[in-house]
Amino acid sequence: MRVKVPLLVTWAIFGYVLAILLAEPLNEITFIGFPLGFWFAQQGAIVVFVALIFIYAKRMDRVDEEFDVHEEELGSARKRVQRSGGRA
Amino acid sequence: MSDIELWALIFTVLTFSLYIGIAFRTRVKDTEGFYVAGHGVPAAANGAAIAADWMSAASFISMAGLISFLGFDGAIYLLGWTGGYVLLALLLAPYLRKFGKYTVPDFVGDRYSESARAVAVVAAVFVSFTYVAGQMAGVGIVFSRFIGVTITTGVIIGMCVVVIYAVLGGMKGITWTQVAQYSVLIIAYLIPAWAIAARLTDVPVPQISFGEIATTLDQLQTDFGLSSYTEPFTNRPMQDVFFVALALMIGTAGLPHIIVRFYTTPSVRAARYSAGWALLFIALLYTTAPAVAVFSKTNLLEDVANQPWSERPDWIRNWEATGLMGFEDANGNGLVDSITSNPETAPGELVVSPDIMVLANPEIAGLPAPVVGLVAAGGLAAALSTASGLLLVIGSAIGHDLYYKRFRPEATEKQRLAAGRIAIGGAVLVAGYFGVNPPGFVAQVVAFAFGLAAASFFPIIVLGIFWKKTNAVGAVSGLVTGLTLTALYMYMTLYGGMEPWFGISPEGIGAIGAIINFAVTITVSNLTAPPSDDIQLLIEEVRHPRLGGEAVRLPDSERVTSGPS
Repeated sequence: MRVKVPLLVTWAIFGYVLAILLAEPLNEITFIGFPLGFWFAQQGAIVVFVALIFIYAKRMDRVDEEFDVHEEELGSARKRVQRSGGRA
Repeated sequence: MSDIELWALIFTVLTFSLYIGIAFRTRVKDTEGFYVAGHGVPAAANGAAIAADWMSAASFISMAGLISFLGFDGAIYLLGWTGGYVLLALLLAPYLRKFGKYTVPDFVGDRYSESARAVAVVAAVFVSFTYVAGQMAGVGIVFSRFIGVTITTGVIIGMCVVVIYAVLGGMKGITWTQVAQYSVLIIAYLIPAWAIAARLTDVPVPQISFGEIATTLDQLQTDFGLSSYTEPFTNRPMQDVFFVALALMIGTAGLPHIIVRFYTTPSVRAARYSAGWALLFIALLYTTAPAVAVFSKTNLLEDVANQPWSERPDWIRNWEATGLMGFEDANGNGLVDSITSNPETAPGELVVSPDIMVLANPEIAGLPAPVVGLVAAGGLAAALSTASGLLLVIGSAIGHDLYYKRFRPEATEKQRLAAGRIAIGGAVLVAGYFGVNPPGFVAQVVAFAFGLAAASFFPIIVLGIFWKKTNAVGAVSGLVTGLTLTALYMYMTLYGGMEPWFGISPEGIGAIGAIINFAVTITVSNLTAPPSDDIQLLIEEVRHPRLGGEAVRLPDSERVTSGPS
């Protein structure tokens, strides 16, 4: 939860507050040639969404290790099994 | 046969041979391989497969054109169809992967009750069929437009290819073909976009360079009497943009054919990363689409606006022949005075199908015929990959949830596999029939399927994972209330002549339906007895990230144990 909540708040800020609710005032500002509100709605928010998921996956790796529930070995062992012909 | 038809044929034959080759390499012998690709798909490959599964003929062919006519408000599609992955990655994917079963109804059935499973089967099949009919029709249209065969022949060719790799390889075959199809469709989308960006601006990266063109387009649009392109809320009020984006996001996170793809990864960790890869791969197309929209709208306006129709350029003459463009000189002055993409809601002298924006792009950019052929192969890849993913959901709902779980729990592994194959085969036939004879309501239903998915699956799955007290009575009442109110509102505003409330269009009502579903499920669950200890243990187990790490007895002794056994 302590990982998820800040990420979901960021998701809402970029996806809704900046891209939609504040789009009109932000459009007065120019950003790399775009009106800023338009840029958030059609580019920026998407880029942020991608980043959020990778940040989440990375942070969860750390949490998993902290609580000793990580599954690195399981995953790679499985891959080895698959490489050796799919039969364990 | 023209150059374009020849090249389209060459690329189609090449890519189809590739797909069939993959099918033979990935044949499966057991149900685990058939339904979840043996839980053996690496994160990045699964990401590409999800991206192909997700991006349909509509994303590839129609979306940029729709955006170009909506301007800023086109962001509903861009935000709505990407933002859902954040919800999916954070709230659903890792937990459902941990659950480790085959289908979405499996989770609903084990977590709540058998009657809830039955409702989920019906909902999954209904949502998937409405979708798949559109994909098959898309295959037929690409064939008829680029290769010059009839739509029916095109649909039949598409059906044969899907049958070969879906029936032979099940989820495994579909996954690896989707990886190939993603590569084909993204190349076919990006090459013309880059070329056109390089032609119009100094920077060949469309994502960066369309800013300056957007400003030009603002001017062009205002000169032509249209609203400024980048100005928000000219087509839809702010609250509607908000709710439609929200409904599409929640709906995305509730679509069964996307959720099942997360069951195919080897670990919970890989499920998290594959969501990231999926959205990255999707974002490649989704950040390019608004640029394509701006470029092609600018080209179109520069070529025709306020100019005599008799002097129109060649590319317009070519596309006029396909019926995708039409001109009617309403005031008889010989000039193009107005443009519309939908003559039913907005009159205009020049009627342009939004599809043209992507299809005509290579020609406008002056690219050679092979590139146009590649675009045809890309459109087919987009349609076929989505169709196969949907067909697998239908096949598994019938072969696994209905036949095995409900009627023949004693069926052998061999019978179950045969049932899965027959179910997919049958689903292809039905889908093909709807592809050739699309029911009139399909196009509308697809847009609304998101609202229905948002109001039904998402709330009860999320609550089922995160709130132990959610029980079967609560979930079923929430699902039924959310779904009924949403469907009723859609029906009343579309056919009942009801004025939308607070400017919220029927596409956006699913967000409200989802909130109602949450509220009802929580209230009813609080008023009734909490679920049994077995189910509470199941939730503990699902929330514990390591696969096979905890020795917890599950209600279903058939649970597939994961890990390298």
